[in-house]
Amino acid sequence: MKTLGKLPHWAELVLLPLVNLVAALVLSGVVVKILGESPWAAGKLLLAGSLGTQEGIGYTLYYATNFMFTGLAVAVAFHAGLFNIGGEGQAYIGGLGTGLVALWLGARAPFLLVLPVAVIAGAVFGAAWAFIPAWLQARRGSHIVITTIMFNFIAAALMTYLLVNVLIRPGQQSPETREFGAGAFMPLASEMLAKAGISFSASPLNFAFLLALGAAALVWVLVWRTRWGYALRVAGQNQAAAVYAGISPSRITVQSMLLSGALAGCLGLNELLGSQHRILVDFPGGAGFVGIAVALMGRNHPFGIFLAAVLFGALAQGGSQLSFDMPKINRDMVVVIQGLVILFCGALENVFRSPLAAVLAWFAKKPEAAD
Amino acid sequence: MVREKTGGGRLTVETYTIIVLLLAATIRVATPLVLAALAGMFSERSGVVALGLEGMILGAAFASAAVAAVTGSAWLGLGAGIATAVALALLLGFATVTHRGNQVVAAMAVNIMVAGLGPTLGMAWFNLGGQTPQLDQPAQRFLGLMGPWAATAREHPLPGLLYAELLSGHNLIVYLAAVLVPLSAWVLYRTRFGLRLRAVGENPLAVDTAGISVNALRYQAVVICGALCGVAGTYLSTAASAGFTRDMTAGKGYLALAALIFGKWKPFPTLGACLLFAFTDALASRLQGVALPIVGVIPVQFILALPYVLTVLLLAGFVGKATAPAAIGVPYSKEN
Amino acid sequence: MPSPATEPTAPAAPPSALELRGIDKRFGAVHANRAISFSVARGSIHGLIGENGAGKSTLMNIVYGFHRAEAGEILVRGRRVDIHSPQDAIAAGIGMVHQHFMLVESFTVLENVVLGVERGALLAGSLDHARDELAKLTRDYGLDVPLDTVVSELPVGVQQRVEILKALYRGAEILILDEPTAVLTPQEAGALFKMLGRLRAEGKAVILVTHKLREIMAVTDRVTVMRQGAIVGEVATCNTSPRELAEKMVGRAVLLRVEKTPAHPGAPLLAVRDLEVLDRLGVARVKGVSFDLRAGEIVGVAGVSGNGQSELLEALAGIRAPSRGSITLGGHDLVRERLGPDERRELGLAHVPEDRLRMGVVTGFTAEENAILGYHNRAGYQRGPLLNQAAIRAECEKKMIAHDVRPAVPLLRISAFSGGNQQKLVLAREIDCDPRVLLVGQPTRGVDIGAIEFIHKKLVALRDAGKALMIVSVELDEILGLADRILVMNAGEIVGEVARADATEEKLGLMMAGVREASA
Repeated sequence: MKTLGKLPHWAELVLLPLVNLVAALVLSGVVVKILGESPWAAGKLLLAGSLGTQEGIGYTLYYATNFMFTGLAVAVAFHAGLFNIGGEGQAYIGGLGTGLVALWLGARAPFLLVLPVAVIAGAVFGAAWAFIPAWLQARRGSHIVITTIMFNFIAAALMTYLLVNVLIRPGQQSPETREFGAGAFMPLASEMLAKAGISFSASPLNFAFLLALGAAALVWVLVWRTRWGYALRVAGQNQAAAVYAGISPSRITVQSMLLSGALAGCLGLNELLGSQHRILVDFPGGAGFVGIAVALMGRNHPFGIFLAAVLFGALAQGGSQLSFDMPKINRDMVVVIQGLVILFCGALENVFRSPLAAVLAWFAKKPEAAD
Repeated sequence: MVREKTGGGRLTVETYTIIVLLLAATIRVATPLVLAALAGMFSERSGVVALGLEGMILGAAFASAAVAAVTGSAWLGLGAGIATAVALALLLGFATVTHRGNQVVAAMAVNIMVAGLGPTLGMAWFNLGGQTPQLDQPAQRFLGLMGPWAATAREHPLPGLLYAELLSGHNLIVYLAAVLVPLSAWVLYRTRFGLRLRAVGENPLAVDTAGISVNALRYQAVVICGALCGVAGTYLSTAASAGFTRDMTAGKGYLALAALIFGKWKPFPTLGACLLFAFTDALASRLQGVALPIVGVIPVQFILALPYVLTVLLLAGFVGKATAPAAIGVPYSKEN
Repeated sequence: MPSPATEPTAPAAPPSALELRGIDKRFGAVHANRAISFSVARGSIHGLIGENGAGKSTLMNIVYGFHRAEAGEILVRGRRVDIHSPQDAIAAGIGMVHQHFMLVESFTVLENVVLGVERGALLAGSLDHARDELAKLTRDYGLDVPLDTVVSELPVGVQQRVEILKALYRGAEILILDEPTAVLTPQEAGALFKMLGRLRAEGKAVILVTHKLREIMAVTDRVTVMRQGAIVGEVATCNTSPRELAEKMVGRAVLLRVEKTPAHPGAPLLAVRDLEVLDRLGVARVKGVSFDLRAGEIVGVAGVSGNGQSELLEALAGIRAPSRGSITLGGHDLVRERLGPDERRELGLAHVPEDRLRMGVVTGFTAEENAILGYHNRAGYQRGPLLNQAAIRAECEKKMIAHDVRPAVPLLRISAFSGGNQQKLVLAREIDCDPRVLLVGQPTRGVDIGAIEFIHKKLVALRDAGKALMIVSVELDEILGLADRILVMNAGEIVGEVARADATEEKLGLMMAGVREASA
C-alpha cells in the first residue's frame, strides 16, 4: 500500500510536471478567451508558428538556447538553496563582456579564436555581476532575492548609460553599438547543415545551441558526479549538515552563484554573436525570468531544462506569430503564460499531487485485485 | 529667520522653498512605499514572505486605472484596485497557506504573471499599446486637497508655505497612509488580532495548540496585505499619474520590502526607512540635469538607479537577521 | 460536579475523567493506533509507556484534537465529546504540556498564557484579568513564574511551569504531560512530581507519557503499556516491576544494563584546556572547560540540556569556533590551527551529532549519499575528477551489513529508514574510518530499544579497542550505563568529575543543578 500523496518516481518526474503544464495552458486559454479570441485557434496558430515550418523550428530552438542558459543558471543556484532572480541582469552584463570582445576582436581574428575569448568574457562578466549579491548574502545575510532583483534594475541602468553615452555608434540615434566584425559571427545552423549537405531554412539558430547543450551536460556532471556538486547539494538541502561535514555554506553560496551568473552570462553568445551582431538595449528581453519557469518546469535537471526550454522557445516563437495574426493578443501574453507555468509548476505543485497519487493508487490496485 | 529685504535673505528663502518642496515630494513618493511596506508587515508578521507586493501593486494599478477610465469614478477605481490585489493575495494564500507551496516562487509567479497580464488586457480592451486611457477628468483621479486658506497662506513663506505645500495639498490617499502607520502599530501591539498575528509568525505550532487556526490567521493577514497593496496601486495610477503604464511599479514592491526589513518589521522604523528611500528619490529627481561641483551633471540613468543601489546598501549594512519573524517562509504543517 | 446520566455503563463507579473507546488511526501505511481503549480516573496519575513509535504521542495528540481518529470515541467525565481541534479539547477541560514547548519565545509569560483565550478584541483587559487569575494559581500550586519576563530568557524548567500554568488557566481538569522530565534535573523532576501530586489531590487527572520506567514506578497509580500502536497491558503500578514493563514494551526479554568490563584507560588522546565558546549574541556557553579523553575509556558528559554540552561537542568537532582555549589531538592544536570538521576527521576525530535529522543526515539524499557525508573528499571515493559511484555503493552496502542497517539498500532515501537504522548508518559512517577519538551526542535519541542495545554494544567494543569516546546524553541512565568517568556540566562549566563507581543519581542530580563537588 502506498502512502497517500506520495507519487512514484517516474510520476514525480514526468507526469506531475505535465499535469501542471496542462493546467497552466488551460488557464492561459481562459485568458485568451477573455481577450475575445478563440483559445483553440490561438493554440493552433502557436503550434504552426513554432513547429510547423523549418524556419519556425529554427526560431524555436534559437529562443530555447537563451532559455537553456538562463534555466541552467537558475537551477544551479536552486541546488545550492538559492533563488537567483538576477539572471536577466547577469545575462545583460555577460553579454556586455561577450560584445566587447566581439567589437575588439571580431574584425581582427578568426572565429575559432574569438569564440573562446568571447565565452570566457561572457562567463566572467556574468559571474562578476552575480558575485556581489552572492557575497552580500554569504557575508552580510542580505536577502539574495531582493539584491538580485535590484541588480537587474542596476544592470539595466548601467547598460543604458553605456549604450547611450559610451558605446553608441557615432552618428546614430538608437542606442546600440556598431556591428561586430565577421570573425565574431556564430556559424548559423542553416550554413553548418548546408556544408553537411542538408538543406534547412534560414533562421537565427546557430552554433550556440550546441554550446548550450554542452553547458547542460557540464552542469549535470558537475552537480551529480563530482564532490563539488555533492557539497553543493548538501549545502542546498541542509546547511547544518554541510557545516558538520566540513562544507562551508557561504563558500558554496558564492561559488554556485558564480557558476550561475556565468551560465546566464553566456546568453550573449546566442543573442549577440548568433543573431544581433551588435550590443543593443534590453537584448535579454526577459529571458532571465523565463529561466525561472524553465528551471521549475524542468525540475532543475539539465534534461528537463532542455525540454522546458524548447517548450518556452516554441511559446516565444509561436507567441510572436500569434501577435501578428491576432491583433488583440500581444507578446505580453507569453509573459502571462510564463507566470502561470511558474505558478503551477512551482508554487501549486502540491495541488495535483494528492489527487494524482489517488488515481495512480486506484490503477495500481486493479491488477492486484484481478490476480 | 527669514528676512526678505537683503540678497542673503532671498537666498535663504529660496533654499527654504526648495527644502519644503523637496519634503513635499518626499511625502508623495513615500506614500505608496509606506502602504506597501505596511502591507508587507502584516504578511510577513504572519509568516508569509511578502515578495508578491510588486505584483499586487501592479495589478491594482492596472485595475484601478482601467475602472476609473471606464466608469469615470476614482472611487470605483479604488474598489477595483483593492479587489484585484486581494484576489491576487488570495491566490498567493491558496498556493502557500493551503497547499504549502514555496512562498518565494509563488510570489515571483504572481509578479511575472501580472507584469504580462496588465499590458495584455490593456491592449485588448483599450488598444493603446498596453496602457490605459489617460485619466483627464478630475473625478477619475485622487487629486490634491487644498486645505482651508492654503492659497493665502502660501504668500507668507513661513509657516504658510510649510502649511500649503507640506501639510495641505496632498490627495486623500497620502493622509490615509499617514493615519495607517499608527493604526497598524495599534492593531499589532494592542489588539487580540495583533497578538495572534505576531504569534503565528513566530511559532505557528504554539498558535495551533492554543486552539487558533493558523491558516485562518494567515489568510486574514494576506487579505489585509492585498487590500493595502490595492490602495498603493491605486495611488500610483490614479493619483501620482493619470493612468496605467507598463511596469509602472518599477520595483517599488521590492523597495518597500527592503524598507520593511530595514525597519525590523516594526511600523514606525519602517516608516522611517520609507521616508529615507523617498527622500533620496526626491533629491535625485531634483538633481537631474543640475551641474554639481566636482562631479558635474550626473547621468540620468545613475539617478534612476539610485533607489536600487540604496536598497542594496541598506540590506548590506543590516545584519540583525535575528529579528525577522522566526517562522517566515516556512509552510505550516502539523507533521513537522 | 454533576455527572449526566447519558451513559448507562457501570452505574456504581463514578465516571472516569477520561475514557477512550476503540481509537483507531493510520498514517498512510502505518497503523499508529489500533482500537485503543482505556480510561483514566479522576484524582489519579496515569502512566502511558512505550517505545519510540509505539503510538503514545499519536494517541495523546488525538485526545488533544491535534490529529483526528478514524474510529472510536472519547468520553470526558462520562459524556461523549467530539474533539476536532485543540479548541474543542480545551473546552472539554483537557490540557497538554508538549515535549517541545508550545510557547512563543519572543512573548512574555503573560502574553503566552493569554494567547487563544483572550477576553475581547483589545488586549489590555485580557492581560489584567490573566494577571489576577495567575496570581491565584501560582499561590495554589506553588508554580512561581515571573509574568512579565520574555519566555526565551527563562530556563527550561520555568518554561515548563508556564506550560502547566497555561493549561490550568484554561481550566484543565485532565492534564497530559509528554516526556516532561527530558529537560529537567532529577531534583527538578522531583519538584514537578510533587506538583503533580497536588493536582491529583485536587481531583484532577494526570496522564504522564514517558519512556522512563523509573518515573512510572515512582509517581503513577496505574500504567498502560503500548507497543506497535496497540495496548499490550494495563496494571496498577504497585503490582508490577520495571522488568515486567520493559518486557511488555519491547515484546521480549531485554537487557536493562550495558554489559562491560572495567576500563583500562591509556594515554590521553584529546586534551581540552580552558575552552570558552560564545554564542551568536556573545554570551559564554562554555566557560573555561578543561579535561582529557584517554584511550580505552568512555567519558560521559551529564547535564540538563542547554547547559553548554551541545556547544562543547560542536566546538570539539570543529562546527563552532571557540573564543579561547586549546584542543590538542595528535600534536595539533585544533583551535590555533583553525582546523575544520573535515581536517579533524583526517586527524582521526569522528563525531555522531546530537540531532541526527538536523545535522547528521540530509533527508533528501539516499543512504549511500549520506554514508559519505563528511568523507566525500576521501581518495577512495574519487575517480579522477569525478566521484566513484561504484565504490561508494559497495562501501555503503558493506557498512549496512556490518551494522545491521535494515533494509540494506544503498539507493533508498534515508527518510525511508527508521530512526534506529538511520542512527546505525551514521554510527557506521563515523567509526568505519577507524577514528582515534569518537564524539557521540545523544547516542540513542529517537531509537528503538533493539537498536539501543546494538549501539551500546558497539560503543563499548570501540572502547575496548582502545578508542577514546566522549558521550553527551541527557539520559542519565545512559550515562550511568556506558561511562567510565562522568563530567557534569552546569551553566557552561564542568562542576565536577565522578568515577562511575562513585556515581549515584542523587549525586549527579545535585551537581547538574549546580552544586559543586557534592560530598558523597
